[in-house]
Amino acid sequence: MSPPLLAVEHVAVHIGGLVAIADMSFEVPAGRIVSLIGPNGAGKTTAFNVITGYMPPTKGRVLFEGQPLSGLPPERIAARGVVRSFQRTSIFGACTVFENALMALHLRGRAGVFGALLRLPSARREEERLRAEAVALLELVGLADRAGTVASVLAYGEQRRLGIALAVAARPRLLLLDEPAAGLNPSETAECTALIRRLRDERNITVLLVEHDMAMVMRISDTVVVLNQGRIIAAGPPDAVRDDPEVIRAYLGAVPEADGVLHAPA
Amino acid sequence: MMDQALQHLVNGTVLGGTYALLGIGLTLIFGVMRVVNFTHGELYAFGAYMVYALVSLLGLNFYLSLVLATLLGVALGALVELVLLRPLRHADIDSVMLVMIGAALVLQNTEMWVWGGVAKMVPTPFVGTPLVVGPVSVLPLRLFVFAVAVALLVGFWLLLDRTRIGTAMRATFQDPQTASLMGVRVGLVHTMTFALGSGLAAAAGALLGPVFVVSPTMGDLVGLKAFAIVILGGLGNLPGAAIGGFALGYVEEFGAGYLSTEYRDAFGFLLIILVLAIRPQGLVAARERIG
Amino acid sequence: MRYFLPWAFLALLAAVPILLPDPYTLSVLASAGIFIIGAISLNLLLGYTGQLSLGHAAFFGLGAYASALTTLGFDIGIGFGQRITLAPQPVWFGFLAGIVVPALFGWLLGRLAFRVRGAYFVIITICFAQVLRLLTLNWVELTQGPMALSGIPALSLWWPGLDAPIALFRKDQIYWLVLAVAAVAFLLVRQVVRSRIGRALVALRENETLARSVGIRVTHYLVIATVISAGIAGAAGSLFAHSVRIVDPDVFLFIYTVTMVIMVVTGGKGTLWGPVVGGLLFGPLPDLLRGSAPPEAQWIAYGVAMILIVMFLPRGIVPAVASLWPRRAAAKPAAVAVEAEG
Repeated sequence: MSPPLLAVEHVAVHIGGLVAIADMSFEVPAGRIVSLIGPNGAGKTTAFNVITGYMPPTKGRVLFEGQPLSGLPPERIAARGVVRSFQRTSIFGACTVFENALMALHLRGRAGVFGALLRLPSARREEERLRAEAVALLELVGLADRAGTVASVLAYGEQRRLGIALAVAARPRLLLLDEPAAGLNPSETAECTALIRRLRDERNITVLLVEHDMAMVMRISDTVVVLNQGRIIAAGPPDAVRDDPEVIRAYLGAVPEADGVLHAPA
Repeated sequence: MMDQALQHLVNGTVLGGTYALLGIGLTLIFGVMRVVNFTHGELYAFGAYMVYALVSLLGLNFYLSLVLATLLGVALGALVELVLLRPLRHADIDSVMLVMIGAALVLQNTEMWVWGGVAKMVPTPFVGTPLVVGPVSVLPLRLFVFAVAVALLVGFWLLLDRTRIGTAMRATFQDPQTASLMGVRVGLVHTMTFALGSGLAAAAGALLGPVFVVSPTMGDLVGLKAFAIVILGGLGNLPGAAIGGFALGYVEEFGAGYLSTEYRDAFGFLLIILVLAIRPQGLVAARERIG
Repeated sequence: MRYFLPWAFLALLAAVPILLPDPYTLSVLASAGIFIIGAISLNLLLGYTGQLSLGHAAFFGLGAYASALTTLGFDIGIGFGQRITLAPQPVWFGFLAGIVVPALFGWLLGRLAFRVRGAYFVIITICFAQVLRLLTLNWVELTQGPMALSGIPALSLWWPGLDAPIALFRKDQIYWLVLAVAAVAFLLVRQVVRSRIGRALVALRENETLARSVGIRVTHYLVIATVISAGIAGAAGSLFAHSVRIVDPDVFLFIYTVTMVIMVVTGGKGTLWGPVVGGLLFGPLPDLLRGSAPPEAQWIAYGVAMILIVMFLPRGIVPAVASLWPRRAAAKPAAVAVEAEG
């Protein structure tokens, strides 16, 4: 058996006196869609911050393809092939959609100072290729016709899709999506689900997902990892996790109506 | 050898007291208002000129003039806050910095225009012969300046610790949003903070003006030194600014004594670059406040 | 039309010495031009990376001193009985040194200072310029201190077939030289800004967290921008040294940085034409005011202008004027998209 694409090993995060994550271990096998769920404050976004280098773990380590990521800054981790999206919409608001895409394609180019200063032929060819890639990227998320629009005036759903496009641009092997469906209406959520599937199937991107929309999680995930108060309380296929008594208790304890959400039709 | 070191220590302490005064005003303004105050050095020069004007031109009592100069500094600070900073309260830190640079240019050159380029001397009631205690000698005026600076530091601490406005300032310092939710009038706190910080700078100028000479460009170097002091202590860190003030005093005195008199003024800046290279959050970092 | 306008503007500027052969006017314009080059370089940092560098005069002054000292030569003791001696070098070596030395310092400062940003960065850059000023004031053996380095030779031109190089003494020659360097500086900055590097800089300015998440290395790109910016500012300093032909420690004064900042902010930071427009407004101002008002009036005017611009026209003149033509502003992004699809 080959090692998992991502392995989180006994990670703990203490912020000030607070324990954000007590002890967390889980794996993300290549080619799968894994969801990280749990009540608010369970430590999901903290886990993302640790994996992508925005926050150092107090204990434990994160391995990507068997190599430790801990200690690397976010930009190096991105270069290794682990890219995230952000919970709150995160785009370059003052720039056009097309410029957004070009900026996010940074790692797809390699032109340096001299190439840029002297407009070397190699730099020009690369520029053309990047522009073509940017168009393809926007087509993938259905924003090609919005290329010339300033990103901050996009509709909310479009901004979310642009956010995902920016994370996908660098051709990550592991994509971390932080609540991609938050604030979307049902049809937009369906589009989003289809997009994530397409990323996995067509672009061969492994996905780690944090999401509150249980229907979506249950429909899309291969594995669901449940966090509560900084600990993993269950992990397994959606059906098994849904019926786990401890999971039900955690959700009932946190949000009374969560039971209904958990049992939403898959 | 030992005697010389002792003398430098005394000189550094005396100088450090006024530096601490300067630094605390600047760091208070940054901590509460997130404003990098480029007018600080000009308020210092303003304080010095006011003492000169009151004592030499109007013939007022020296001690009374010190008090009046400080109060005028408070008033000027309040004016700057109301006219320039209040409309920019929600602007980004860089815009505010640019406006403060503009204000510093206006203040400095107005001083130059009004008072001319020739340095002024302020007469004082103190004798020019130093007090000698063992191997150490110190001018009575400098001793007086140090005593007043320490008194002002203690007074400032009491103000922050014991009064309502002080409590409001500390609350805003720690968390502006919560403070305003709890009924702190942030606008008033900002005006008071800037006025108070400016008053401390003017007081430092009023105290040091008679020790050195009063000239229109005196604020330039001192403004930069004030930055050095607060960087040493960590921006927005009050005890840090006091420690930074004394640290700069010692570095300058010992640097001038043992290394080179010419580079006296450069030591502070070199120290900052060194500190930022090694410990970006300042020597006395209570918590990180970067960026 | 859009491609034609800048060239027409350049041609117009190049024709000024012929249309208006008044030496005083030309020297005013040349010194304005030198500061415009400084402003163009500052704009790369202030406008495109969003880092407020208030030590920019340091790079300018370093360029002036490096260039002057290389052409004049020096002989200094470095302790332990050792001496460093440099024989006078050709002026264009000096010009080159005037670019390379500041660029090296830009690299050093960038490495050091970009670990901290915001207010800390601003203060560290001010201190950097101040240290250099105090150093040049006091290292008399090297710099003559406050007595200034004088007798700096003029830059000269030579091409095959010419018996002796032509020294560029005359005001019109200096004007053309400054114009040429300014045009090159403008083009270089334009190339950088429109490249992958420029996009990385803007990405960092707009949203650093997001920029890092897509793999943009913060320090790396900020240092690149500083090095290029410092090199261009150094070239401006070198031009200053060889046209005024005297350099004193005052080139490091904060006020010169402020002059460049005002030019950039007034014209529009983060726009290519901003520093040029701002520079043409403020560059000649000192000389225009000289006869009628005391020197303080100029700085007071600068200060008031800075306050008014930030308060009432925070994005600067160029974006404000551009938004007067909404049709063109709207057409621009579409042009990008068409270009992309074509």
